[in-house]
Amino acid sequence: MSDYIRDAILTGIWETFQMTFFASLFSYIVGLPLGVILYSTSKGRLLQNRVVNFVIGLIVNITRSLPFLILLVLLIPFTRFLVGSSIGTTAAIVPLTIGAIPIVARMVESSLNEVNPGIIEAATSMGASPVYTIIHFIIPEAMPSLLQGGAINVATVLGYSAMAGVIGGGGLGAIALQYGYYRYQKDVLWTTVALLVIMVMLIQELGIRISKKHRKT
Amino acid sequence: MEKVYELINVYKTYKNDGVEFTALKDISLEIKEGEIFGIIGMSGAGKSTLVRTLNRLEEVSSGVVNFYGRNLAFLKPSELRKVRHSISMIFQGFNLVNQRTVIQNVEQSLKIIGMPRAQRREKALQMLEVVGLLDKKNQFPARLSGGQKQRVAIARALAVDPKVLLCDEATSALDPKITGEILDLLKKINEERGLTIVIITHEMSVVEKICDRVAIIDDGNLAEIGEVKEVFSNPKSKAAKKLVFPSNPFDPSAGEGKIVRLVFDGTQSNVPFIANLVEETGFKVNILSANTRSVGGIGYGQMIVELPSDETDAATVINFFEKGGLSVTEVEQ
Repeated sequence: MSDYIRDAILTGIWETFQMTFFASLFSYIVGLPLGVILYSTSKGRLLQNRVVNFVIGLIVNITRSLPFLILLVLLIPFTRFLVGSSIGTTAAIVPLTIGAIPIVARMVESSLNEVNPGIIEAATSMGASPVYTIIHFIIPEAMPSLLQGGAINVATVLGYSAMAGVIGGGGLGAIALQYGYYRYQKDVLWTTVALLVIMVMLIQELGIRISKKHRKT
Repeated sequence: MEKVYELINVYKTYKNDGVEFTALKDISLEIKEGEIFGIIGMSGAGKSTLVRTLNRLEEVSSGVVNFYGRNLAFLKPSELRKVRHSISMIFQGFNLVNQRTVIQNVEQSLKIIGMPRAQRREKALQMLEVVGLLDKKNQFPARLSGGQKQRVAIARALAVDPKVLLCDEATSALDPKITGEILDLLKKINEERGLTIVIITHEMSVVEKICDRVAIIDDGNLAEIGEVKEVFSNPKSKAAKKLVFPSNPFDPSAGEGKIVRLVFDGTQSNVPFIANLVEETGFKVNILSANTRSVGGIGYGQMIVELPSDETDAATVINFFEKGGLSVTEVEQ
């Protein structure tokens, strides 16, 4: 492997890391509250609201059922409007975030659904308001599950970031595509694949460790 | 004595997939300040629904639930939350937050009422001392036994100095020894703080041990209500008899004689009634079951006996027991 390819791979690792980090962060900033709303407005929950639940649920389902590659292309005008360009690492963060939000929201919802309803009843009987109960009882109780879901989400975003290479996003995915696929450089292809696998494994392991440290049951 | 609760003609109807189900039918009762009030019934009788109307975790379909003269149904959400600060509740499943330590769990109820952090900690430590778990303060609930978890729940419930404690099958998940310890603790708190306690249970032994008065709920109806001593020695309703009579007495030998239940309290315990019966009347009875129980601290004995099959002989025997001051009730088969 020549030096410039080695440099390209190093840059790729850094770009992949950047894309994964920021897309995960932004998708949680939006997805976490959405998941909480989906959970708390569903039937029999504290803030039951059929209309809100239906509308958000519908949006989430639609975005989630679009193949990510299609979403990438569809979002090009939006990305250009938002960050001024549709190629590069920064531009790739936009579709990655949008694609990850519904996944995060559903994951959060399912984590919160695991919380024992008795705890909610106890909080209500103590005179806690619905919002207080969610913040101080439900979310803390769901924390280990939320963290575990977080690790899965970050790994998913990492996988999606490789796809961003197709529309000119940077990162390891772009390198695999350009050198490995278009130029038949099998060694580059396999190197990037190995690096991606290692990164996913590291994230998974880290997530499981943090979650275990938090799990008191 | 002041009335803590007054329930007037309370009904509760659920609609499940279009099918109506009435969980509570015309329940009227009063709970007085400082008493331990038992609500007993078979599972599915509606007692859990009934206790949840007392802090409005369940809305009533019709009727009135008054708490110190205030109709709970008229309270706005914010007022209701405030009233709930003086109605604490403990549960069969303990319902502690597993990701928080023991002391953090106790502090939760104090945090809700807005007590500042330092005061909160002090009060929580004080409560853990009352329930005897000071040494476990930094443990997580998963490391505690069932009885210890319920003690934490009690500390959390009582930290806010409520006026009433509602116990929903609070000892049902515990073994008899631990149940006894928890009931002793509740009794102690009732006596020391004058706290009104409402206990929901399906076990007569729980009611006998600590309750002053009891309401028997059967299929959503209030079957019987009264002093525990009275209900125990002289149950009137079918549901009450079912709860009070020892289950599965032996089959009567011939199956012809009437079966009666004799109840005697501690004052008659030095009299050998059965031996006297044989000596004086010459009739014999077949003992099917016998035991002693402590009801509100007084020892009671009860015996299920089969009387002679001849009606006049049986009447003589009943007469003999009644003269001796025993309560005699016929057991339906």
